[in-house]
Amino acid sequence: MSAELAGIAAHGAELAVHGAEWTTKELFTYPNEFVYWTIQIVMYPYITGLVAGAFVLSSLYHVFGQEDLKDIAKFALVFSFALLIVAPMPLLFHLQQPQRNFEVMLTPHFTSAIAAFGMVYSFYMAIVAAEIWFVYRKYFVEQSVALKEAKGFYNKLLGKTYKILTLGANDISEGALHTDHKIVKYLAALGIPVACFLHGYAGFIFGSVKANALWTTPLMPVIFIMSAIVSGIALCMLTDIIMMEWRKFRIKHSKKEFHMTADEVKGEEVEVTKKTSKFLLGAMVAAIVLELLDLIFRGYTATKSWDILRTVIYEMDFTKIFIMQYGIGNALPFIMLLLPGLTVRRAAVASALVLFGVFMMRWNVVIGGQAFSNSFAGFMHYHMPIIPHNAETFKEGLLGAMFMGGLPFVLFWLFNKIVPSVKYTLREK
Amino acid sequence: MKFSRRDFLSTAIKGACIASLPISAFRILNPKEAEAAVKGANMRWGFVVNTEKCVGCGFCVKACKLENEVPYDVAVTRTWVERYVVLKDGRRLIDTPHGARDGFTSSEVDGRDVNPKDIAKAFFVPKLCNQCENPPCVQVCPVGATYQTSDGIALVDRSWCIGCGYCIMSCPYGARFFHPVYKVAEKCTFCIHRLRQGMKTACVDACPFGARMVGNLKDPNDPVTKIVLSERVAVLKDSYGTKPQVYYLGLDENVR
Repeated sequence: MSAELAGIAAHGAELAVHGAEWTTKELFTYPNEFVYWTIQIVMYPYITGLVAGAFVLSSLYHVFGQEDLKDIAKFALVFSFALLIVAPMPLLFHLQQPQRNFEVMLTPHFTSAIAAFGMVYSFYMAIVAAEIWFVYRKYFVEQSVALKEAKGFYNKLLGKTYKILTLGANDISEGALHTDHKIVKYLAALGIPVACFLHGYAGFIFGSVKANALWTTPLMPVIFIMSAIVSGIALCMLTDIIMMEWRKFRIKHSKKEFHMTADEVKGEEVEVTKKTSKFLLGAMVAAIVLELLDLIFRGYTATKSWDILRTVIYEMDFTKIFIMQYGIGNALPFIMLLLPGLTVRRAAVASALVLFGVFMMRWNVVIGGQAFSNSFAGFMHYHMPIIPHNAETFKEGLLGAMFMGGLPFVLFWLFNKIVPSVKYTLREK
Repeated sequence: MKFSRRDFLSTAIKGACIASLPISAFRILNPKEAEAAVKGANMRWGFVVNTEKCVGCGFCVKACKLENEVPYDVAVTRTWVERYVVLKDGRRLIDTPHGARDGFTSSEVDGRDVNPKDIAKAFFVPKLCNQCENPPCVQVCPVGATYQTSDGIALVDRSWCIGCGYCIMSCPYGARFFHPVYKVAEKCTFCIHRLRQGMKTACVDACPFGARMVGNLKDPNDPVTKIVLSERVAVLKDSYGTKPQVYYLGLDENVR
């Protein structure tokens, strides 16, 4: 008996099978089948989708010159960068050997849909980082000059940071800024297909698994892209509204006088919200049409897997798919946004519902795809760990997911200490 | 003599072209081709399962777990046996308690009492990795930690697997799982360590009824090859295009 085997024998029944902790089985499933891809794999396409959506929104201004989206576009760009940094972390969390993650760059095995992730991701990251740099280069130069003589540790550090961020390019003449502007436009234009590719790619990771009856469809990448744009716009809209409300709150409840009145802020808020909601509606139509097409096609062609899929879709997961995803997450906000006289509050609720709907869509794809056995003769149920009792139930449970969901906001807050993408700091008169 | 930069470059390029001519006469072999050229070209492991002979004793599962260091008391297993009970009213019951590690000791199927009078037919089906000719698990591994040997067996490099689970997801047969100790993808290897020493797999040796056979499909005189060529054999889930190399005798349409 080898030392390892002795170790195994000593462990005995204490050994846990990955997935057994949160999976229950019904009828006949193969012995090795468990819900292996859990909440983190729901978070992964959800966050990548938000990145792509936020970037597309920012490009509406930078490329297509939608001037009234200027403010939200600037903020969407930096926000998408914060989201982008977090995007691969759910994958990392979910790996059984996370310390080996770099191998995907060392020995990429290109027949795998995951192998090029690192490269596509890095390429996109470079585009977004470069675009942000060109957008804020003038600001970096100005700040580094202004803080040159600054006193105090924090200001000195800030000055040094800005000096490094200028990368030695201190020319802010008219001509140089014009060039910057042009480059931003090109980068934003290049970024749109790359953002769509990054997320369509996430869709391909699922769509190409021929062994999974629910995932395998060539529509998957397109469905993912459309729902990504929907979720990205909704997130930017919601965050923007929250920040505007905060601004209004401060103006009303402060004794100081600011450069804007609450009514002015409100006017701006309504205008941006209305405009953005139009793009949101358009993207929602495309996303829902594609998803329904997929569903109808499966039902109509009724191949071998349809029997079990029908049971999963119309019976087991009915509430999650038709009530939570399509009803509360799609139809309801769609009507809310479509009804005349859109108010900011209504738009805020609608975009929150849309975000929920897209999350449920990811859930229904990732978890729903593992809700049935490959034998087509049994089912599996995922019980998300709520209170963790070990590292695994933290990582692949509610807390791990919330950690991932919160991280982009923390990063965004940190970025805004350096890059003023949001003008929530009101200037005193 | 004056030798300008232009002259240098032009001479260098010409020189490189001339020098590379003989090199182009060589062919770049991929590692598999190279290996096949040297050895192994006449080996391809295949498996025959005779479901008519299987009685569901589970000795194969037990032997496999012990031979291959798969923890004994956990649910996952490299090989397992399924019991199919088709009732006279057309209903189909399937189960595999503990992967049939201890055999089928109860007449209850999947926890349900079945009256023997209601049974139209019942049989056992052993399962293991199909060592596909076109293995999706190898295709989807992002780091190349799982690979196919020249004699057709898909293996996992435990020191390189990142544990993403993509291979587990891509296997239509449910043959893969995470090893509870090593925390990497795990699967049936056809006991390659035994085969290469001229032995049979642990499950084949453990089967008292000869329901399992392993052999070289490239050897026309191998009993396995003879069965595959001359008998009416079937494979599991051929619609996935994986080209499984475990052939079944007496496969029923109810088998999943």
